[in-house]
Amino acid sequence: MRRFEYFEPATLGEAIGLLARYQGRAQALAGGTDLLVELKEQLRSADCVVNLKKIPGIGALAFDAREGLRIGALVTAREIELSEVILRLYPSLAQAARELGSIQVRNRATIVGNVCRASPSADTLPPLIADAAQVTVNGKNGERHVPLEDFFTGPGRTVLSPGELVTELRLPAPAPRTGKVYIKHGRRKAMELATVGVAVSLSAADVRIVLGAVAPTPIRARRAEELLRGRKIDASSIERAAQAAVEESRPISNVRASAEYRREMVGVLTRRALTKALEATR
Amino acid sequence: MKISLTLNGEARELEVEPCRSLLDVLRNEAGLPGTKKGCDVGDCGACTVILDGKPVNSCLVLGVEAEGREVTTIEGIQPAPDRLHPLQEKFMQLGGAQCGFCTPGMIVMAKALLDENPSPTEEEIRFGIAGNICRCTGYTKIVEAIQAAAEEMGK
Repeated sequence: MRRFEYFEPATLGEAIGLLARYQGRAQALAGGTDLLVELKEQLRSADCVVNLKKIPGIGALAFDAREGLRIGALVTAREIELSEVILRLYPSLAQAARELGSIQVRNRATIVGNVCRASPSADTLPPLIADAAQVTVNGKNGERHVPLEDFFTGPGRTVLSPGELVTELRLPAPAPRTGKVYIKHGRRKAMELATVGVAVSLSAADVRIVLGAVAPTPIRARRAEELLRGRKIDASSIERAAQAAVEESRPISNVRASAEYRREMVGVLTRRALTKALEATR
Repeated sequence: MKISLTLNGEARELEVEPCRSLLDVLRNEAGLPGTKKGCDVGDCGACTVILDGKPVNSCLVLGVEAEGREVTTIEGIQPAPDRLHPLQEKFMQLGGAQCGFCTPGMIVMAKALLDENPSPTEEEIRFGIAGNICRCTGYTKIVEAIQAAAEEMGK
């Protein structure tokens, strides 16, 4: 790694001040599992690294039946994978966290970091969007909240301005008997990036279907959702929704799979995820 | 920057540049070359160390982040200079090492796994070491060695 100045700010204000002062030349460090790789491979440069780990109040993982779930910026994938409340109420998120990298990586990598990295294939993004996550952004002009599904603008790109930090994700408490499923499709069982990822959150009140790795950002399959919303959900409506999801996906071909294969798998996995989610609502 | 840490149970002070990984600091500054540098980007697990009780890739941790913390490397797994850890014994007895490059990382990861789950199933072992790549592909014997060590330690 090239030399950089290193700071461990003790407050959020100090961290935001540093990011603002260095403009785009400062990088925020939480887990570091993406940042350090990108610094080593010179995909990213930093005159200054701002380690967020000493900032109080951004490491909380808390659930409240009315307020829902709060995931602070320092919460690791491993904490999510093992959290009893997440396994029970946000099982698709727990599943996605479990499929991210290795245990060594998950002990460092943060969920908020996975969000800010904005990879189209990131495992945690489809379940978070299916769970209607909101992003809390802090910057020198104060705090703002962005729905996660509007947070991404392209591969590696988000609505964040230089000097802004994501401090928390908020997920509403699930409706009773919500079925939540995340299915990752890859070439091997572990240490893999998703070829296609599909998340479904299904309850009597609503259905959300989110596709990963088949567009420049994770996308909701809105037409597929419309085919199911307020209607009887059975094998034939699920089949129609799966076909709609295929048409909504816009995959590319790359080293992991061809676009044709990905489209095909969107259909298979959407059908499978909806079927499993339906079973889980019963 | 000067950092103080507990390294294999011993208080140490090290002079660390912020741009150095914990892996480089261990190998070059602390004089502990047992931790191996395979890929240096978190894919291979050869650099696994235990940081405050949790296995991590030391190549993805900055050395300065070890300030005030506890780090265990392969050199700290051995209970005494003349005694081996059951994992080390079983890796030797059962052919758990071929070229040996992944072995320190494998043993440190297995130690962390057994600390959390003293009698893992084969499936749990394979899930646990998914981030440790053996390029000789000697996984069967590695899994058997970890299972045998778990049994030995449970006696």
